[in-house]
Parts: sequence; C-alpha cells; structure tokens
Amino acid sequence: MELVKKLRIENELGLHARAAAKIVALAGQYKASLFLKKEEQEVEGSSILSILTLACPRGTELVARATGEDSEMLLSALSSLFEQKFGEGK
Amino acid sequence: MSERPAGKLKKWKGIAVSPGIVIGKARLVDRSRVKILYQYLIGEHQVIKEVDRFKEALEAAKQQINDIKNKMPDQLKKHAFIMDTHLMIMEDSMFSTASINTILQEKINAEWALKKSVQDIETLFTQIEDPYIKERIVDVQYVAERVLRNLGGKEQESLSEINERVIIVAHELSPGDTSSINIGKIMGFITDVGGRTSHAAIMAQSLKIPAVVGLENVTQHVQEGCLLIVDGGTGEVMIHPDDDLIIQYQERQLRQEKFDSSILRMGHLPAETTDGHRIAVRANIEFLEEVTAAKDHGAEGIGLYRTEFLYLRGPRVPTEEELFEDYKQVAEIIAPNPVTIRTMDMGGDRFSSDLSLGKQPNPALGLRAIRFCLREPKIFKTQLRAILRASVFGKVQIMFPMISGLQEVLDTRRILQEVMEELDRGGLPFDRNIKAGIMIEVPSAVAVADILAKHTDFFSIGTNDLIQYALAIDRGNEHVAFMYQPFHPAILRMIRQVVEVAKAAGIKVALCGEMAGDPLCTFILVALGVNELSLNPGGIPMIKKIIRSISMEKAKGDLEEIFRQQTASAVLELVKQKVESLIPDVDKQFLLANGG
Repeated sequence: MELVKKLRIENELGLHARAAAKIVALAGQYKASLFLKKEEQEVEGSSILSILTLACPRGTELVARATGEDSEMLLSALSSLFEQKFGEGK
Repeated sequence: MSERPAGKLKKWKGIAVSPGIVIGKARLVDRSRVKILYQYLIGEHQVIKEVDRFKEALEAAKQQINDIKNKMPDQLKKHAFIMDTHLMIMEDSMFSTASINTILQEKINAEWALKKSVQDIETLFTQIEDPYIKERIVDVQYVAERVLRNLGGKEQESLSEINERVIIVAHELSPGDTSSINIGKIMGFITDVGGRTSHAAIMAQSLKIPAVVGLENVTQHVQEGCLLIVDGGTGEVMIHPDDDLIIQYQERQLRQEKFDSSILRMGHLPAETTDGHRIAVRANIEFLEEVTAAKDHGAEGIGLYRTEFLYLRGPRVPTEEELFEDYKQVAEIIAPNPVTIRTMDMGGDRFSSDLSLGKQPNPALGLRAIRFCLREPKIFKTQLRAILRASVFGKVQIMFPMISGLQEVLDTRRILQEVMEELDRGGLPFDRNIKAGIMIEVPSAVAVADILAKHTDFFSIGTNDLIQYALAIDRGNEHVAFMYQPFHPAILRMIRQVVEVAKAAGIKVALCGEMAGDPLCTFILVALGVNELSLNPGGIPMIKKIIRSISMEKAKGDLEEIFRQQTASAVLELVKQKVESLIPDVDKQFLLANGG
C-alpha cells in the first residue's frame, strides 16, 4: 500500500537536527518505509542526514510518501508530529 | 617529587572558563585524526570479510555511545540527546549503507570507504545555508572518528576509564568526552581550542571542575605524567613548576577552598543587615547555562540577563521562537524568583539589514541599545514579544538600556503597549502586570531621574557605563584607565540622587554594575538604600556575608563621613578603614586583594 500526504512545516526553527531526529525515530516504529519530498528532491525518512540536507525552513511544503502495510498509521502519526510542531510549542 | 619528568617551567595563559586551582599529573588524551590508508581488496572472500569488519566496528561504536549515555552523570542528562543524534547518524544509510556499498563495489578497505562516505556527506552539507544545520557535520566527523578507531583496533580511549586523579590535556573535547568524565577522578582539564561558550566550558562549569581552554598549542608541550598547575580562575597554566611555585599555589588553593566553602555554606542565608534591613542579592548572567550556578551561589533571582549573545552567535537575527525558548527556560529555572531581562544592548553595526550603519567612529556614543531598537522597531518588537510570552513561565521583568531622557521612555512604552495588543489579538498569553524598568547609566538620566521615575516601574543603575560617561573616561584606554574611579564623589552623589528620587516616587532601585560585586562598595550601597544588588554569581556568597555583618545605622553614620570627602582617593582610604572595622571576620587579605 502506498499513501501520499502533503505536510507543511509550521515550527519556527524549521527542520533542524532535533526535529529531524524525531521524524527518524517515528519512522522507525512502523513497518512501512517513509520518504519525504521537497520540490524535486526525495529522501528516505529513516536518514537523519538526508532530512537535514533538505534544509527546510518554516513554511516549507513537503510531500510524505509511505509504502507498506501500516502506511496509514505512519502518515497520521507523522502529520500529528508536524501539527504539534515537533513538540516545540510553536 | 623526584619521579616526575624533569623539564623547564613554562607558563601559558588561556581562557578561564571554570574557576578553581588544581595541581596534578597531566593525562594527554589523543583526539588527533586517525590516519587512513588506502587498500585494494583481492577476491570476493576478502570483500565479505571487510564488510563484516566494518559492521563490527560500527556496532562497537554504537555500544560505546550507549555506554557513555547510560553512565552519564545525572547533572548532564539533559545533554543526552546529542548521543541519540550520534546513534542515528551511525544508522543512517548515507553513513553505513553507503560505506558498505563502497566496500562491495569498489573493493576497497572499510576505512577508505567510510572516509569516502563522510566526504560525500560533507559535500552535501557545504551546500546548506542554515548555519545551525551546517554545523552538524561535526557530529558526523566525530562519529566517523570513533568507528575508524574501532577499525584500527586502536583502543578507544574513554575518559570514563581513567581512574587516577589527573588533569586532562586535549586538543579539544567533544560532548561525548565530557559526558563520560569520571567526576571523582578528573581534577580539571585544559584544551588547545574552545572559548567561553564552548560545550566543554559549559560542562566544566556544571561539573564544577577547573578548566582553561583556548591555549592554542599546549598539547604539543605537555608530556604524559608531567606536573601541571591549572588556575581556572585566572586562565593560567604552568608545566614543570618548581617546588616554590607548587607551595605557593598549594597555599593559594587551600586559602581559596577554605574561603569558598565557608562562604558558600552561607550563600543561601538571606542578605539582611544586623538591624533587619533586607537587600535582594541577584545575579548578572549572560547565558542560560549560568542560571544554575547563580542559584547554587544563593542568588535570589537574576537581576540582569544580558541578551546580546543570541544576536552575536550567528549571521542572522534570532527568531522570536529561539529567543522565547531561551527566556522561558531562564524564567522557569529561576522561578519563583524573578529574572530581569535587559533588551539588547548593542550597536547597529551587528545587523546587516542596514549596512550604512557600518563602523561608527565612536560606538559608545553611537547608535546602540535603546536608540538602535527605536530605530529598528521590527527587531525590537520580536524581542519584546519573546520576553512577554516567556513571562507566563515565571516572574519576568523587562529593562531598557541606555535611556537618556523621557522621550525614549515614552516611545519604548508605546512600542511595548503595541506588542501587548498584538499578542492579545493573537491570543497569546503574557503577564499583564509585567514590570518594565530602565537602566540609569547615562548622566542625563540621573539629572532627570525624577521625571523618568513617574513613567517607569524600577531603576537599575548601571555603574560601569555611568562612570565612563560621567567621568569621560574610556576604560580601555591605558592612558586614562586609572581615572575610572567608582569612588569619585561625583559618582557617589549621582547614585545617591537616583536612590532618593526612586524612594520619593515609590519605585525600587537596583544596581547592577561591577560596584555591586565590589566588597568595598557594599556598605555604601546598603546605607544609600539601594534595594537590590546584582552581580556575577561567584561573588554573591561574599557580598551576602558582608551585608549580614553590616549595621544599617552605623553604615549610615559612616556614609556621612564618606560624603564629606572631596577626592576619590580620600574616599577609598576611608572606605578601606571602614570595611576593616565593619567586617572583622572576613579574610581581609583575600578581600582587599580581590576588591581593592
């Protein structure tokens, strides 16, 4: 099963190291594979370094793609992580 | 002492980052880059074996990091996320899978393959603009170094395994190194690189071990096991000290320890004169990391939180969120005591938005502090928003620097009001009763203090600038620096005038310059009626102790005598006499050496 979801980075600091680490940790909890795409560049959601190289400031739109049996759960957890601004309050 | 390696006495001076004197044996910690050789592998069998060797080294490195993490002393647990990031990097496909693929495809040794992966990552990172993200490449390099050492079969030298009392000497110490320090064993450390805000410096302060950094090439001159004296208070480092020097420092060490412990023990007692007048003694700090030290030394709040650092740190202006997070943490840690956050006190040349500001010929009299903020309301409002938002997490006060007259106070308050309304519209909570005060550090503000008092919640006298401006003395100019005189009758009169005006208006008056931490000044400031003294955390126990031995009534009598003196030197002479009779039980030699 492959699912796609649009996400927007709302936290002030953008996708810095701690936020990226949270995505990697979250992706690791599911069987599905996660990919994040910014414009034409797509990276693995399990790679903290690739996520950092996307260099996403606040307001960046990303497309998350998940493949695997629990894709739906992965994407919904991911989008709530984005909505909660990676637990940074804002 | 005959067994120590002989050598000539040599002295260095570096950046003192964590105070205390230690005398001990040097332990060189080798953190130099591992040399990598290129090796072509022959045959499928060798290639497979090489992949396994890489995987083993990687697993070992993960294990080592996990060990460091688990053994981290409690006071460092908050830094544990760095270790998690390191683990993630090792599991990253760009790091591990890429290296394995290189071994398989190019048939080369694991060391070379890993080096290649790191180079590829470095190339990608150089293209990142955000300096904070870019900087994370040091984590990749650190992790790679660890794996390389495991590959080389070289023993990974862990600071946690050191079990004799030594002084660590290293080119630099990584977070992993300092986190694994065996607190009981490491007497202190010195490094070639680093600054006041480097990770190692902050760690040394939290661990309370003496440290000197920025010694440039000290590692090249120190041999394993040689005797070292490190003074983390002055930044002095000596190798091969002779017996006289050792005895001299042992005495100094003993005296200081005795003095520190007797004074620290009483640091938490309130600063109350013998006749019951209470003075708030608070801390001047510059970094979030200093809040804990301030509390430990008995600070009843932060009287001056300098906010320039976040603006100086990077090439871009910090975001509201970054500022908010920092202020919020300070407020939370120091609560229920207050923190007075001073809005940024710096020149316009730091901000690239207006290059025309360029270099100002006379920066002390130029566009800086509140003048700059009023000209750049956008930058100012961002800071005010952050401070206001942080105010719900503790007791926060705002303070404006460099106020010279009423118009600036009115303009500033209007902007503050606007920011409050903006926050209200955005539904963001803040402390509506937040106190906003001003620094009194420009002589014109002293002259019109009665006018300003009606429009402000408190005064804080910044004596460092006030003395410079009032006496027209540049402290940095060696030809006139001796004329920078806190005891100049003009300065004492100005302070008296400000305090009297504040009393009449019913507002509090604090003093946050160096005078607040000078033991010779304490009884004068107390007698004048200053409500709060704010000083560097280290000096707090001593100042509190002095206050506890002052009788307000007697100090007031002495004050009259002081105000009859006509020159700074006459005041100083009299003050030294008075201090002797006021506080007979304080180690005078030490006190006068520090304060005089």
